[in-house]
Amino acid sequence: MSANAEHAHGGNRLYLWIWFWLLTLTAVEVFLAYKQVPLGTMLVLLMVLSTVKAALIIAYFMHLRYELGSLAVTLIPPLVICIVLMIVFSFPDGFRLLELRPR
Amino acid sequence: MAHAPVGEMTSTRWTGGALPYGVASKKLGMWLFIISDALTFSALLVTYSYCRLANPNWPTPFEIYPAITFSTIMTFCLLSSSVTMVMAVAAAHRGQRALAAKWLLATMAGGLAFVVLHANEWLHLIHTGVTPFQNPWGVPLFGATFFTLTGLHMTHVICGVIYLGIVAAGFARGKWTGLDVEVAGLYWHFVDLVWMFIFPLVYLMSNRITH
Repeated sequence: MSANAEHAHGGNRLYLWIWFWLLTLTAVEVFLAYKQVPLGTMLVLLMVLSTVKAALIIAYFMHLRYELGSLAVTLIPPLVICIVLMIVFSFPDGFRLLELRPR
Repeated sequence: MAHAPVGEMTSTRWTGGALPYGVASKKLGMWLFIISDALTFSALLVTYSYCRLANPNWPTPFEIYPAITFSTIMTFCLLSSSVTMVMAVAAAHRGQRALAAKWLLATMAGGLAFVVLHANEWLHLIHTGVTPFQNPWGVPLFGATFFTLTGLHMTHVICGVIYLGIVAAGFARGKWTGLDVEVAGLYWHFVDLVWMFIFPLVYLMSNRITH
């Protein structure tokens, strides 16, 4: 296992690349806020960028890419399904409250 | 460094001899904790977004300077501390105890910088009159959701710094193995990961609209 982990290490170069990309994506996000992109577009772009960043962190920094597939398959889909359910149930209701509000 | 004896069992997979996930139980335990904690933060982020969506006069108080600039620097601190954490784990697995402890200290420094900047941000907001129950700009829920979300995250960072300190001391003295450093690393990366969602949703989306 330890030899395996040693082997699987992408090495410092890979980590520095991941760091570079995380910082670049963060810079893009801040730029979007600076340019005051319309909120709906910005929300979608920010969530896509943040999901990519999260995936990079999980895959490389947290090593999930180098573990057995069974670990990722057990951990990630239930999390995604629960989050999607939270969003599916709450956001339409948020819009409903907004629409019902007296103007 | 030698871990717990993963893969050293003699019976076959079908008689329960193999570890189905191929990781030590400490690591699996940390992963399970992380998934449950991720759901806690997801619930808080969804709550924040729900409240914001349902309230047309939600405050958007954060200017590019100072709030967004400082939160960007905080993001930089956390991201960089994740890299030093990865270096610590790599050094720990190579058995370089002193080096690993140094990288762990660097990681703690990144975390502390984050906490100091964030506490400063909080104080600034509190002086402006933002409390969990009211604020000068509009919907009172802004303060409640903001402080709950960022407060829980800051608690995680503070606990993380203490955790890393204990692991660094224990590892440097030879009490713990590389596995313990790696498990602490998983927690630290998770705290970083959560901020990757709080930062855009709470700060960038609340940039003050000037036109």
